[in-house]
Amino acid sequence: MGSPEMVRLEDLRTGRSLTGRKHVLSILVENRPGVLARVAGLFSRRGFNIDTLAVGPTDDPEVSRITLTLDGAVHPIDQVTKQLHKLINVLKIRDMEPDLTVARELALFKVSAAVESRAEIVQFAEIFRAKIVDVSRRALIIEVTGSFDKIEAFEQMLRPHGLLEMVRTGEVALSRGE
Amino acid sequence: MRGADALMEALVHEGVEHIFGIPGGANLPTYDALVDADLRHIQARHEQAAGHAAEGYAHASGRTGVAFGTSGPGATNLVTAIADAMMDSIPTVFVTGQVRSDLIGTDGFQEADIVGITLPIVKHSALVTEASQIPEYIHHAFRIASTGRPGPVLVDIPSDLIREEISYTPPTELVELPGYRPIVEGNAKQIRLAAKALANARRPILYTGGGVIHADAATELREFAMSDRFPVTSTLMGLGAFPSNSDQWLGMLGMHGTRAANYAMDEADLIVAIGARFDDRITGKLSEFAPNAKIIHIDIDPAEISKNVPAHIPIVGDAKLILPKLTGEYRALQTEQERLDGWWSRIRGWQEEYPLTYEPGSDGEIKPQFMIEMLHKVTEGDAFVTSDVGQHQMWVAQYYGFNEPHRWINSGGLGTMGFGLPSAIGAKVACPGEEVVCVAGDGSLIMNVQELATAVTEDIPVKVFLMNNGFMGMVRQWQELFWDGRYSGVDNGTSPDWAKLAEAFGAKGLRCDDEADLEEMMRATLDHDGTALLDVRVSPLENCYPMIPAGNAARDMVG
Repeated sequence: MGSPEMVRLEDLRTGRSLTGRKHVLSILVENRPGVLARVAGLFSRRGFNIDTLAVGPTDDPEVSRITLTLDGAVHPIDQVTKQLHKLINVLKIRDMEPDLTVARELALFKVSAAVESRAEIVQFAEIFRAKIVDVSRRALIIEVTGSFDKIEAFEQMLRPHGLLEMVRTGEVALSRGE
Repeated sequence: MRGADALMEALVHEGVEHIFGIPGGANLPTYDALVDADLRHIQARHEQAAGHAAEGYAHASGRTGVAFGTSGPGATNLVTAIADAMMDSIPTVFVTGQVRSDLIGTDGFQEADIVGITLPIVKHSALVTEASQIPEYIHHAFRIASTGRPGPVLVDIPSDLIREEISYTPPTELVELPGYRPIVEGNAKQIRLAAKALANARRPILYTGGGVIHADAATELREFAMSDRFPVTSTLMGLGAFPSNSDQWLGMLGMHGTRAANYAMDEADLIVAIGARFDDRITGKLSEFAPNAKIIHIDIDPAEISKNVPAHIPIVGDAKLILPKLTGEYRALQTEQERLDGWWSRIRGWQEEYPLTYEPGSDGEIKPQFMIEMLHKVTEGDAFVTSDVGQHQMWVAQYYGFNEPHRWINSGGLGTMGFGLPSAIGAKVACPGEEVVCVAGDGSLIMNVQELATAVTEDIPVKVFLMNNGFMGMVRQWQELFWDGRYSGVDNGTSPDWAKLAEAFGAKGLRCDDEADLEEMMRATLDHDGTALLDVRVSPLENCYPMIPAGNAARDMVG
């Protein structure tokens, strides 16, 4: 016995800690008071920076879903998920595979729309399949849903026309299939 | 029955026999129910001390320690003990009174959001919102505190709910918690891989921590270590799991560890970390830690794996189950023992060249290291020893020589001064037939000295051996070495007169100034029928060596 199946120490490798990409974590938690504070507190204590955060109910009234995005170039995602798993109220964590996931966020943009640029703004909205949901003499509110990148792009288009205010929900996500 | 009575029954059902605490307005119903309960309550004199006593109880016995406090300041006084239990993974349940539910959020008298305050320092916590939850949450608390990686759980109970009538039947089977499933078994493939890696190692070392003691795996560790001639070192928290009188023992590692242990880590080709977490006091400069080593990391907490140092072979699970499997797999490989000869001769070289040593005292001067060696002698190395935090703690770790687990009780992770006396009380309650001694520092002891009243009043005879150098010794040492000797806030002066203070509390107080008297006075302290304190005047300016200056690598040890 022995040597033929020995493991050479020099062949042993550690796992990669930084993935270098954005991660969407879908976290199922017990729907109880203070659970969001536990999750948020864990992130602040461990120095993990949340890019976006969305919380809402699921099909099960006992369970809520927290969807959060964070940068895998900065944070070791496996360490983040392992720390989250230690919270007793956390039931399940899914690090969403980008190719197998539908992720969307909703944003509202208020732009000052002078008469001469209104047509152009309306055209942008059509291209991005955004909806104009409020019109007044001086401003428009535009609603757009889509991936993080699409909303970023739409924002870039609107900025030169006088972006007054904006709000984004942060991404929510479900995995495809099943 | 009232919620408070259900609380008592639930505690008894969990096997609790002792509780440390202090009553107040919001937990009056709890204390009323305590009168008829089959539980011994030890009335501490400060909630922090009640918490540390619960920790000492858990350290000594391996059973879950319990502390009570009232709302507001009672609860906030527990915070340090809760944080301490979190850092050292001590199974503890804290039950706090809270103001009436209708007052919560109104800044009521003695209201503090203790669940909010302690969120980052508990394994779990809960605020009771319906009376029927009281026993349920207590059972959850014990399950969570005592399994997996142990830790503190807080249950906060409003004073109106605990008076409500509820029905309670003790659970007949284990409570299920959907979000809590500790992994215990250990992956068989990983264990086999670890055995093969070990068989191929030329310079292996076992680096063990407090997790081995929590896992009750000292026997399993010894069998594993002795399945070959693996050198063994341990963290501060793991001392005693492996016998210090074994010739495979290298001494403690880390900031004040032995050179042999630290140099062996530095040159190892394979480190087997068992229930240890690569804390900065162990690794020193992370980028230069064990530069030649591959890492096998065995831990029950998956989040510890690769947190600080990336692991090559992670094994998540209970050391008590994993170590026998690893031993079996390793034995089956039938390796040749001689392959470690070179490694051992290197280690023996360090041990001979750099033993733990100190300049003996002259003219009756008592060296602190000598004091610990003498304590070992008079207790036959067999006492339960608690300590505070600082130089004296390190000297105990270096010089006492623990051979059995659970007997070394100290605050490692949080480094809480004032831990020693209350934890000694807890340990003595858990193990009344054992000799329990507290090695205290003069800076630390005064932080919880009121607990002498608890020891005397509750008839819990502990022996305090005060290593009195008149300074906050470790801080003074750092100011001397790293801050140009500019002493700031470290001189304790001559107050109090410790022997008189002990007498004032009703304990026996003694003082020793001369090395020649030390043995006799230590024996007199131990022989006293009751709590006693021996004030030992040691060399005031002695430094604790060897030492890895903070942020340096192991090979840069000084002293």
